[in-house]
Amino acid sequence: MAKIKLTKAPFKGTESQERELRAALVEIKKRKGAVMPALQKAQEIYGYLPIEVQTILAGVLEVPVEEVFGVATFYSQFTLNPRGEYNVSVCMGTACYVKGAGEVLDSIKVQLGIEPDECSADGRFSLNATRCIGCCGLAPVMTINDNVYGKVSVNDLEKILNNY
Amino acid sequence: MIRNHVLICGGTGCTSGKSRNIYERFNTLIAENNLTGEVQSVMTGCFGLCALGPVVVVYPEGAFYSQVKEADVDEIVSEHIIKGRIVKRLLYQETVKEGEDGVSSLSETSFYKKQMRLALRNCGVINPENIEEYIAYDGYAALAKALTEMTPQQVVDTLKASGLRGRGGAGFPTGNKWQFAKDVPGDTKYVCCNADEGDPGAFMDRSVLEGDPHAVLEAMAIAGYAIGSDQGYIYVRAEYPIAVARLEVAIKQAKEYGLLGDNIFGTGFNFDVEIRLGAGAFVCGEETALMTSIEGNRGEPRPRPPFPAVKGLFAKPTILNNVETYANVPQIILKGSEWFSAIGTEKSKGTKVFALGGKIQNTGLVEVPMGTTLRTIIEDIGGGIPNGKKFKSAQTGGPSGGCIPASLIDIAIDYESLLAIGSMMGSGGLIVMDEDSCMVDIAKFFLEFTVEESCGKCTPCRIGTKRLLELLEKVTNGSATLATLEEMERLCYYIKDNSLCGLGQTAPNPVLSTLKYFKDEYLAHVTEKRCPAGVCKKLISFKINEKCVGCTLCARKCPVSAINGKVKEKHMIDKEKCIKCGVCAENCKFKAIDRV
Repeated sequence: MAKIKLTKAPFKGTESQERELRAALVEIKKRKGAVMPALQKAQEIYGYLPIEVQTILAGVLEVPVEEVFGVATFYSQFTLNPRGEYNVSVCMGTACYVKGAGEVLDSIKVQLGIEPDECSADGRFSLNATRCIGCCGLAPVMTINDNVYGKVSVNDLEKILNNY
Repeated sequence: MIRNHVLICGGTGCTSGKSRNIYERFNTLIAENNLTGEVQSVMTGCFGLCALGPVVVVYPEGAFYSQVKEADVDEIVSEHIIKGRIVKRLLYQETVKEGEDGVSSLSETSFYKKQMRLALRNCGVINPENIEEYIAYDGYAALAKALTEMTPQQVVDTLKASGLRGRGGAGFPTGNKWQFAKDVPGDTKYVCCNADEGDPGAFMDRSVLEGDPHAVLEAMAIAGYAIGSDQGYIYVRAEYPIAVARLEVAIKQAKEYGLLGDNIFGTGFNFDVEIRLGAGAFVCGEETALMTSIEGNRGEPRPRPPFPAVKGLFAKPTILNNVETYANVPQIILKGSEWFSAIGTEKSKGTKVFALGGKIQNTGLVEVPMGTTLRTIIEDIGGGIPNGKKFKSAQTGGPSGGCIPASLIDIAIDYESLLAIGSMMGSGGLIVMDEDSCMVDIAKFFLEFTVEESCGKCTPCRIGTKRLLELLEKVTNGSATLATLEEMERLCYYIKDNSLCGLGQTAPNPVLSTLKYFKDEYLAHVTEKRCPAGVCKKLISFKINEKCVGCTLCARKCPVSAINGKVKEKHMIDKEKCIKCGVCAENCKFKAIDRV
């Protein structure tokens, strides 16, 4: 199981975000098995799932907050830490791995000075090692926010990262 | 009257290559040239040949344009569509024919010739966001036939006779599964679709959902009729946004046409489908874990029995099949069990889709009859290994499967033969490796995956895989002894025999199969402290040889400034600082840096 890293960044949620979440939860609560769809909605609104957001969710859905925490930490897609302005994801699927994704990730770690699941101190970059994103024809693949970079080599990285 | 159809691949691979911009450029140019009504552009599902994406096909000629850029669209429109002259420079090389406007048929190319597309039959052919195109290709005719001409038992019997087995990996006979659920009494039953394709490097199910979502919906409705269920759930990875969007469109359209919802075809049969998004947990591909996850909990598996057919989702009788299995069902109902059972081998019927990736020329999606040899897939369809390298191994079944060595390349691929050599069919990931891949490193890669994805519920898997990974790390960092290898093997069988679910029971397969077929590589790591493929970082180092002319390129490229030296003098690598990333060797124009 993955280790749980908790953010030390203060929670900066706004009232309008909370209103939006509470409004969405009214509908979601009616569905069977609501915790996961609720967390997905909350992450869409806040970008991540700090304990403050999990507490709101637990209150509305009337489930213990530890149950919400249990679900939130079980799935790799839920993140308890804020993402950077630019989220760098390196695909670590098998096809990408055999084509050198491991070296790409190592090199990005050095260049950005952060480990996977971390965010740089200035909040600009965060790094993820993701599961297969399914465009194996372009292996190795990395994405920065919505931009996809295919057939990446360690040599290209400086140029790619300098665009941001 | 439409005279030209322009098909643009809208699969994830081609979309990553900006095929949507190509589509939009076509639309702009079609409008500018007053061709609306004469030329129609369509975003389709995956064509399969992802290595050559983005792909554009123009009919009626069937010109297959590969690696198209947005800037090429103007030429295709002005030359091909307006003047009728095919743009040969953009054609897929194999389809170029001598002569004025010669293109040979795509089905004659080596990539497609030996394929047989059943599950993928509509992918790259129809517009997945238009239900009428699906209906035009016999869509929902199987559901109509089942509801109006067949009893539920006849549907189940047809599937049993067809010999269709689960395409998710284990190969359980689909008809039997449906029979169990049908025979359990109960008013509420569920039909689930497993679209949580977790195997890293596999994208068969995603392509079916993106290219032909209605086939899955139709099959689920047929399943609902057969077992007596009125509610379906599709559990799909949230990482597949295009697939999710097309499914949503498909469900909405099917409801509008009365093909889902209440009183389908006026028969009184009701069936509805809801999409549930996964959140990135490999274990949720296991059937009981998937159901626990739909219920909104941590996706931990449950002990069986009770089997899902008796007590599944929300404690009701449930059947769960994967996307590719469902994609076969409508055709079996329509064309009959004998048509299907004539394809494939004695025990494995029909076709199988593979996601071909790694060190292979034609990366992409291929569908072949069961019993096709690995050699045909790799050499004929896949076009062999690039850069003149040698084929070393093929990995099937992802983290649950094994590595097939080059000596077994003539194996006929079906469920039994793969199990017999210590691998498994799995969902269909097929990763090709050449001599530059270290098999110990690959085993470690998969173990890292299973350690991270183990849900933690049972001890043999949670702790066992972690200990196994530590032993593998000893091998790759040079501190292992021969006793380590023996201990590894013992632990592998312990984990296999004692884990609760399929994840743990199969997790040691990558280790066991590489230990069996690539023992010499393990021995090189253990006794000679050497990684023959030059991959394991603790066992390699970089050295600058006499060919160095002192151009300083490597020193400038090194991300950690570990290379020192004056201009025009031989450089040196500081071993303390070196992170062994290999950038220096890759950039050196004089082959002056050795990997030793």
